[in-house]
Amino acid sequence: MTEPDLLAMYEQMHVIRKTEKAAHDLFMAGLVKGTTHLASGHEAVAVGASAALRPDDYVFATYRGHHHAIARGAAPEECLAELMSKATGLCQGKGGSMHLTKASSGMLGSYAIVGSHLPMAAGAAWSAQLRGTGQVAVAFFGDGATNIGAFHETLNLAAVWKLPVLFVCENNLYMEYTPIGTVTSVPNPAADRAGAYGLPGHVIDGNDVLAVHDAVAGAADRARAGDGPTVIEAQTYRHYGHSRSDPATYRPAEEVEHWLARDPLPLAHSRFTELGVDAADLDAAEQRAEQTVAAAVDAAKNAPDADPAEAFTDVWADGGSAWRT
Amino acid sequence: MADVVTYREAVAEGIAREMRRDDTVVCLGEDIAEAGGVFKTTVGLLDEFGPERIWNTPISEQAIVGAAMGAAMTGIRPVAEIMFSDFLACCWDYLANEIPKVRYMTGGQVTVPLVVRTANGGGLGFGAQHSQAVENWAFAVPGLKIAAPSTPADVVGLMAAAIRSDDPVVVFEHKGLFASKGDPAPADHVVELGRAATVRDGTDVTIVALASTVPTALAAAERLAADDISCEVIDLRCLVPLDVATVLASLERTSRLVVVEENPYQGGWGGTLVSIVADEGFDLLDAPIKRIAAACVPLPFADALEDQVIPNADAVADTVRTLAAY
Ligand SMILES: Cc1ncc(C[n+]2csc(CCOP(=O)(O)OP(=O)(O)O)c2C)c(N)n1
Ligand SMILES: [Mg+2]
Repeated sequence: MTEPDLLAMYEQMHVIRKTEKAAHDLFMAGLVKGTTHLASGHEAVAVGASAALRPDDYVFATYRGHHHAIARGAAPEECLAELMSKATGLCQGKGGSMHLTKASSGMLGSYAIVGSHLPMAAGAAWSAQLRGTGQVAVAFFGDGATNIGAFHETLNLAAVWKLPVLFVCENNLYMEYTPIGTVTSVPNPAADRAGAYGLPGHVIDGNDVLAVHDAVAGAADRARAGDGPTVIEAQTYRHYGHSRSDPATYRPAEEVEHWLARDPLPLAHSRFTELGVDAADLDAAEQRAEQTVAAAVDAAKNAPDADPAEAFTDVWADGGSAWRT
Repeated sequence: MADVVTYREAVAEGIAREMRRDDTVVCLGEDIAEAGGVFKTTVGLLDEFGPERIWNTPISEQAIVGAAMGAAMTGIRPVAEIMFSDFLACCWDYLANEIPKVRYMTGGQVTVPLVVRTANGGGLGFGAQHSQAVENWAFAVPGLKIAAPSTPADVVGLMAAAIRSDDPVVVFEHKGLFASKGDPAPADHVVELGRAATVRDGTDVTIVALASTVPTALAAAERLAADDISCEVIDLRCLVPLDVATVLASLERTSRLVVVEENPYQGGWGGTLVSIVADEGFDLLDAPIKRIAAACVPLPFADALEDQVIPNADAVADTVRTLAAY
C-alpha cells in the first residue's frame, strides 16, 4: 500500500469516528429520532476491508452499519441527513440509521433482522459467479448472527456452490447486553463454525486496519480464483453502548479499559508511522476529517425535511405504491 | 402442439419460455433439477438449460429465498421454488421483512426482480403442514405482488409476467390443479399482473374466486344455471395488484357478491376485498356480501374431514341461492 492509501484510510477512519460522535450528539440533542447503533471502535473493520475490495464488489451490512456506508463511499452528510429525516438523506428518509445504503457504490444495504443479509450476500456472489464478473460479495455481521439459522444455511450453501463471498464477523463480545460467550458453544463464534462447512476460518485483530486489510485481500483473492468463501472473525469492541443512549454498564471496567487502550485509530497512527508515514501528515488527515464532518453536520441540519409525499414512492419498480385498481 | 396440457406441464413451459428469451433467468430450489421437482413442475428444464441455470439446493429455505434476493439485486432474475407453501414460514423473514421492503427502505436504490413459486393449497390429503392455502400470508405484506393462476394458459401467462416484472412476485401454484387440463397458452402469452378474468358472464350474482376456487365457482354456477340463476364468475388471478375495478363493474350488473377463498375465513384475502366493496360499492349492492372460505381450523387429513373445511361447490351454490332470493 502506498502512503496516499494509508493516509486515505486514516482519514476515513477519523471521518467515521467523528460522524458517529456527531450522530450520538445529534441523537442526544433530539435531532435524530428512533435509534442509532454506533460503530465507533469498529472503524478498522470497515476501512481495512473496503481498501482491500474492488469498487464494484458488493457489501451487505447490519443496522450497525454507518461505518460500512462511509467506507464504501457514502458522504457523512447523506448519512447524517438520513438519520435526521432529511430529504437529502441516503434513503430520502425511508431508511434511517439502521438501513443506510449506497447501492451506486455496491453497498447494498444495512439490515436490521439479525443474520438476514448473509443469504443475500451469498446470492450477490452467486450472481457475480453466474455473470462471470469476478466480483466478490462481503457480508459484515455481528457475533450474535452466528447463532441464527440463516448463518448456517448460508455457510453451507456458499461452500457447496463455491461462491465468491466473504463472511466477516465483527465480534464485539456482546449481543445487545449479553456476552456472546455465555450463549455460544465455541469460543470463536464465527471462525470455529467455519470448519463444519469445510471453510477456512480466521480470527484476526479487528482493530488493526492493516490486519483486516490483509485478511480480506487474501480471502477476496481466493474467492476470485474460484476457491470459495472464507470466514473472517475480526475481534473488536464498540465504544458506545448497544444503541441509543445505552451507557453499557454491563461491561466490566477492566474490559472497557483494555479495549480502549487498543483503539483502532491510535493503533493505525502508530502502525502507519512505523511504516514511514509522517505523523504530521496523519494529523493533517485527521484535521481534514474534522472539517468534513463539521461541514456535514451543518449541511444536514440545514437540509430540507423529507418530503411527506415520499411515503408513497418506491414500493414498486415503477416508483409508485399502487396495489389495486 | 398438444390439444390440451396439464397445469403441471404449464409451469415448466412458462418457466422455459422465459428462460429462452432471457438468459438472466435462473431457477433454484430443492429437487428441481434431475428430479424435475416433487410435483414434476420443472421437468425438462435441466435438460434444456443445464446446471448453470437450474440449481438444486440444500433444504435451506432461508438460503434459497435470501440468495434469490441477493441475486435479484445484482442483475439476475431468479425463480426460487419453495416446495410446499407451508414452508414459506421457514423463510418468512425474506417475504415479510426483506424482499418487500428493501426497495422502499433504500429510497428506491435497489430493485428485486424475483419470483418465488410455491405449491399451495389442499384437497390432496397431505394434512395440516402440507395443505394450507397461505396466499393470505403474503397478502398481509405490502410490497409483494401475488399471482395464483387457475388454468394452464394462465400459468404460462402469469409466469411470464411474474418473471418479467421488476417487482418481487409470489406465484402460488395450486397442488389440487396440477393434474387439471386446459388449452395450451398461445405463443408469447403474457397475462398482465392485476388483471382479473371474467370466466363466466352472468347477471344475478357475482362470484369472485382465485386458483382452486375458480373451478369450484364454475361448477356451482353451472348447477345454478339449471335453476335459472345466472352467475358471473371472476377469476382474480392476482391478489396484488388487486383488480377491484373488475369486481365493482360486475356488481353494477349483478348487485350481489359472493367471494370464495381457500385460505381461512379468519384473515383471508376476501376480507380486504369485501371491505373495499362495502366502502366503495355499497350503492351497487342489493344484498349482503357473503364470504365462503376455509374453516378456521388446521387442515385435517381424512377426506371426510378435509371436505368439511375447504369450500366446495355445494356451499357456493347454497350461498348463491340465498343471495339470489334476497
Ligand atoms: C432476528 C433478530 N432477533 C433479535 C433482534 C434484536 N437485536 C437487535 S441487535 C441485537 C444484538 C445483535 O448482536 P450482534 O449480532 O453481536 O451485533 P452487534 O449489535 O454487537 O453489532 C439483537 C438481539 C433482531 N434485530 N433480529
Ligand atoms: Mg456483537
